[in-house]
Amino acid sequence: MTTTVDGSRVLSALGEVRDPELDEPITALGFVASCDVSADGHAEVHLRLPTYFCAPNFAYLMVADAYDAVSMLDGVRHTEVVLDDHFAADAINGGVAARAGFVRSFAGEAVGELDNLRVDFLRKAVMAGTDQVCRPLADAGASPADLAAMTLGAVPPSPALDRLRRRRAELGLAAGDDEPLLVDPRSGAPIGLDAVPLHLRKARLTRTSLDANTGICRGMLRHRYGVEET
Amino acid sequence: MYSKDGERYFVVDSHMHYWNAAPDNWVPGAEQYAKGWIECFHAYQGLAPAETHWPMEKFQKYSEDDLMKDVFTDGHVDVAIFQPTYLTEWYKEGFNTTERNAALGAKHPGKFITNTRWDPRDGEDGLKKLAENVERFGSKGVKLYTAEWREGSRGWTLKDPAAYKYLEACQELGIVNIHVHKGPTIWPLDKDAFDVSDIDHAATDFPELNFIVEHVGLPRIEDFCFMATQEPNVYAGLSVVIGGLMHARPKFFARVMGELLFWVGEDKMTFGSDYGIWEPKWQVEGFVDWDYPGDEFSDFPRVTTATKKKILGLNAAKLYGIEVPVEFQLDAGEGTPGARDDAVGVSSDSPAATLA
Repeated sequence: MTTTVDGSRVLSALGEVRDPELDEPITALGFVASCDVSADGHAEVHLRLPTYFCAPNFAYLMVADAYDAVSMLDGVRHTEVVLDDHFAADAINGGVAARAGFVRSFAGEAVGELDNLRVDFLRKAVMAGTDQVCRPLADAGASPADLAAMTLGAVPPSPALDRLRRRRAELGLAAGDDEPLLVDPRSGAPIGLDAVPLHLRKARLTRTSLDANTGICRGMLRHRYGVEET
Repeated sequence: MYSKDGERYFVVDSHMHYWNAAPDNWVPGAEQYAKGWIECFHAYQGLAPAETHWPMEKFQKYSEDDLMKDVFTDGHVDVAIFQPTYLTEWYKEGFNTTERNAALGAKHPGKFITNTRWDPRDGEDGLKKLAENVERFGSKGVKLYTAEWREGSRGWTLKDPAAYKYLEACQELGIVNIHVHKGPTIWPLDKDAFDVSDIDHAATDFPELNFIVEHVGLPRIEDFCFMATQEPNVYAGLSVVIGGLMHARPKFFARVMGELLFWVGEDKMTFGSDYGIWEPKWQVEGFVDWDYPGDEFSDFPRVTTATKKKILGLNAAKLYGIEVPVEFQLDAGEGTPGARDDAVGVSSDSPAATLA
């Protein structure tokens, strides 16, 4: 029995691929230029970025993740992910297609794979997510002491909370109901009461930075390709 | 000079360019990079008000008359600081060299300050060239671009021992202001090219120098702020922040400004238009009119007329020793432009440690 794949399944798989830095799906950012699947299971995805010089390591992660997400789908026999209009497109496209890893794709120009970079970005996502979850609580009157004592299970459900828990889990940090809401994204240790205000200030700043970067990237992409934002 | 509502602002554009990115200046074989670079800059211009956008032809190579009109006649700028960007692997005569800038500056005495640059990969020859440029052009500042490509290398960091030699040379030569710009590629490529920790090291080891981090370390504003708050000699260059966010993303602009005012402080933030990416006119006028949009920003530092005067010109004037006519100076009690101790610090008794 064969399964037919349609474009919408591929697109929804791509919706799970994030810009590692901006922590947003590449579909929502407008980075997926096209996505086609033939009747015999050949998937071809074209990606585009806000500039010709976007950092090659971030670009590599997105192309590689897109490749993995699409090639995993039942019924996809062959996957091609092509990054368009980028100075390192050849090295990235060829490297991902050959499953070469980053170091071999950029022979002589890189000394390690990108796992550490990904972890750094996940930590930033946890900090930004902490602001998203805590700001409404603080606005509703929660004190630093309340927040320091709060567990994840005690926070009212929200998409922001789900996302924070997922990012913590991806980092290998505990994310169950009984775990503290505020933790150091590096060690996983709970934040002591005295350190709560500074932790929240840092969380807010990290979120501001992410949002500002996303804003600039979206604006540049719109200018480059004339696309409307989603 | 800009006047509004009875207030007079002395404007120093501390980060601007005079480039030639037209096809006649592209290095054969590197055309795609030369073209990609200027197209990337042009996309940034798309974040400005539509009536200030330029066609690509003008954007690739604007004239002396364009610059003088846009920056001085219309743009309210009193003194403009040239920041060179070489990129000689892609542009035959360089994108925007010290020499090109200085030649224009020489025709308009008093209008420009000509910064130069260095690259630690240039070794002993580069040190000689640096001394020569300081002698010829009186440079008191340098612009460093750590992501510049050179003979297969895709960049460098301020932690390099070779870079320390140049920083020592800067101190000896009387250069006081180090403008640093991070770009998207640096060797090795797997590292975070935008990492600002090398500036932290250099700022600690060279306390006499001022480090002005252009576009506030974007996209690493948070890392920049955590550093700047602990290093008294680290300043926030607002190029790209005002140009790229104030019009296109006003709400994010307010949040970024609020964070910068909190972590870095109004004495350590400097306006730069990044001309020819963006014209200064709308930036200066818009910033003078600007305030936080709404109550949700109530826990950020307030923005006063004095704040704006410092950011638009008085801070940079202090860093460069530019004489400011008395009618533009602050009244007593309005603070000290360029003061190094404005950062909030992150100790437990600093304002950052309380939820105000």
